[in-house]
Amino acid sequence: MRHLLRSPAGIAGTLLVTLMVILAIVGPPIWGAEAERIDSTAILQGVSAAHPLGTDNLGRDILARVLVAGRLSLALALLATLIGAGAGVVLGALPSVLPRRAARLVTGTVNALVAFPGLLLAMFTAVIAGLGARGAVLGIGAAVAPGFARLTQTLAASVAGADYVSAARMLGVSRWRVMSRHVLPNIAEPLILNLTQALGGALLGLAGMSFLGLGVQPPSFDWGRLLFDGFSRIYATPAVALGPAAAVALAGIGFNLLGDVLARAAARGSAPEAKATGRAVPDTGGIGEPDPDAVLEVRDLTVTFPGGVTPVRGLSLTVAPGEIVGLVGESGSGKSLTASAIGGLVPYPGEVSAGRLRLCGADLGELPETERRRLLGTSLAMVFQDPMASLNPALRVGGQLAEVAIVHQGASRTEAGNRAVDRLEHVRVPEPGRRARQHPHELSGGMRQRAVIAMGLMGEPRLIIADEPTTALDVTVQREILRLLRQVTDETGAATLFISHDIAVVGELCHRVVVMYAGRVVEELPVEELVSGAAHPYTRALVASLPDMETDRSLPLASIPGRQPSPAEVGGGCAFAARCELATARCAELPPLISYGTAHRVACWEA
Amino acid sequence: MIIKNLTVRFGAFTAVDDVTLEIPPGSIVGLVGESGSGKSTLARAVSGLVPYTGAVEGGDPRRIQMVFQDPSTSLDPRMTVGASVAEGLRLPRTARGPEVERLLSLVSLPAELAGRYPRELSGGQRQRVAIARALGARPELLIADEITSALDVSVQGSVLNLVRSLRAEFGLSMLFISHNLAVVRYVSDVVAVMHEGRLVETGPTEEVVGAPKEGYTRSLLEAVPRLGRG
Repeated sequence: MRHLLRSPAGIAGTLLVTLMVILAIVGPPIWGAEAERIDSTAILQGVSAAHPLGTDNLGRDILARVLVAGRLSLALALLATLIGAGAGVVLGALPSVLPRRAARLVTGTVNALVAFPGLLLAMFTAVIAGLGARGAVLGIGAAVAPGFARLTQTLAASVAGADYVSAARMLGVSRWRVMSRHVLPNIAEPLILNLTQALGGALLGLAGMSFLGLGVQPPSFDWGRLLFDGFSRIYATPAVALGPAAAVALAGIGFNLLGDVLARAAARGSAPEAKATGRAVPDTGGIGEPDPDAVLEVRDLTVTFPGGVTPVRGLSLTVAPGEIVGLVGESGSGKSLTASAIGGLVPYPGEVSAGRLRLCGADLGELPETERRRLLGTSLAMVFQDPMASLNPALRVGGQLAEVAIVHQGASRTEAGNRAVDRLEHVRVPEPGRRARQHPHELSGGMRQRAVIAMGLMGEPRLIIADEPTTALDVTVQREILRLLRQVTDETGAATLFISHDIAVVGELCHRVVVMYAGRVVEELPVEELVSGAAHPYTRALVASLPDMETDRSLPLASIPGRQPSPAEVGGGCAFAARCELATARCAELPPLISYGTAHRVACWEA
Repeated sequence: MIIKNLTVRFGAFTAVDDVTLEIPPGSIVGLVGESGSGKSTLARAVSGLVPYTGAVEGGDPRRIQMVFQDPSTSLDPRMTVGASVAEGLRLPRTARGPEVERLLSLVSLPAELAGRYPRELSGGQRQRVAIARALGARPELLIADEITSALDVSVQGSVLNLVRSLRAEFGLSMLFISHNLAVVRYVSDVVAVMHEGRLVETGPTEEVVGAPKEGYTRSLLEAVPRLGRG
């Protein structure tokens, strides 16, 4: 509920709705008598100290009547919304449980009703159901229902495609049970959110109906009725009409604001993410002198999120020109966030700090923003798992590649276009000229990944970061992309940081392997030692648990008991200790990453 | 159980083209292929989730169960583990508790997990729950569709071991689908290779992996990344 009070709209909505609810509860007991008291000496008065909003044709105080009418207005709106939502949910859910033909009929009816103007539907129903509160409530209910039906139908359709619904169907669970046990509970949240907004709409609708004389009839009164009564005097004494109008408007705005904020809070996962500032902490004590030959040098990189969540903890990494370094780890080990931190792409509200973060000899933390962006734009090429994340689906492939040269190298449009075709040809995209004129969706997955690599080659990349670039691809395509990455690294002399969960792929492509566990580097070793020379128990277990084409089929596979601690659970000691056979009391203390033979470092007390 | 001349068409597109495949009782048939080869569509057809022409003979179609790729979407997030596992049981209410416990123990999970929600479990544990749920329907054939693809390497091993022990201890027949040849080779008795909707090669695992007859199978085998052991 905290997020409700974060935005002005949330505060206003919550405040207005709370006020309205209090008014509905306490209004009639306090002002009820006053609102009904007929005073023949004060008929049709204007604004005065005794009657701030004037009096009506029987001398009753209009302010008191407005305050009392709140209960009936809100109650009727609530009733209408519930009727509409109830009918809508049933209509929307029916197509999922009825036989095909009947389902189509219901869907068609809902579609027709959605297309029909709501207020007309409401008036039509109200006229048939009879004048008065009952007719108005049914009318507004009928106007609300199609929207709910459509929403329910759409939400139910998305849940109906879920694997757990397929599983239930295979287990012979009946359609009705699937609906009540699986579908409805999983779509309840957005429906309830929509209810709040519909309530605001119903309130306005009912006021409109009463104003037209189709709603509440005397001697009962709601805000719409008061407005209707006061409207004829609006030129003489505006206050008599403006009072109830203001009440209707405030309540409507309150419910809509609250509904809006609730819906946004529920969809918070997709809230726009701002870029975190990748400021490095200028602390060079204890991390040694910068390595002049390294393309990328990272010392003590830490990424934290609010709430004590630290996915990357004091990571250090060096990549030399022409070297391919594999960063392996399970999901949640912090390997992808490491890549994001280097590229300055850690999403808000993550915070990056580093003892040193040098790219091509320049300290990224000390560079002014414009130069930093220029350096990252020209020297760093990033390739992600999903090539569509790097390509704009609405633009032609060639144009997107050309843009890199236009923005960063000041090339003309023709030069840039020619270079784009040349680069596509270089990554062995067949018919590069034709492909450059196509949109990303016209290319296969492997071809798109080639295009993204070509985009990285538009500049002169010194560092290529490839984050799971082949995970979504078939093995045969994967093989070609791996070859291409190796060829590009050899030709350009760039350094490559290759991130993957697949230790076999890393073993095939990389020169050096860095193994991450729970945000820390646990071992760093030459690829030749990966199979038989690994020292950390985690690395050894990872290698042993991976079946390959030579695994002995008569023996069970090795597996690691337990699971990796989440970034919020990592304690002070060795994070792997709880799953480790070799763990001793000493592992409660964090083992440092120390040298273990040539070009081999390990963080384990028992290695 | 035998799949005979099974064909699945989506409009003009033929996803599965005249596939005939025998799954001998008590054995694991591994089905490999690349994305779009039709292997998952074949699985869904055999499970009765997709309409097809042809036949699945030699067993009760209601006793075919499937385990899906991603256990985080194949378990209802709003149901406890116990309720999910009990879903396929046709037992009086009082007998369900002990049966759920028995099923969980079959997949080496403690009985306490029955009261938990899927989000409180690790990926490997969730996949075990999905397997336990399928076992509750006493399947004659279990279809495993990429069941280790969404899991981390460190837990993949334990799920593969479970698959093998279910076959060894209960004689469960299984159609094991994966794009990962090394995984299929490890668990299967028979390997079937699918390409563009057709079966291109079928045979005992050692033969298909050791001496492939088809060019396509060879190219798949060559593309498998190797750690360079030994």
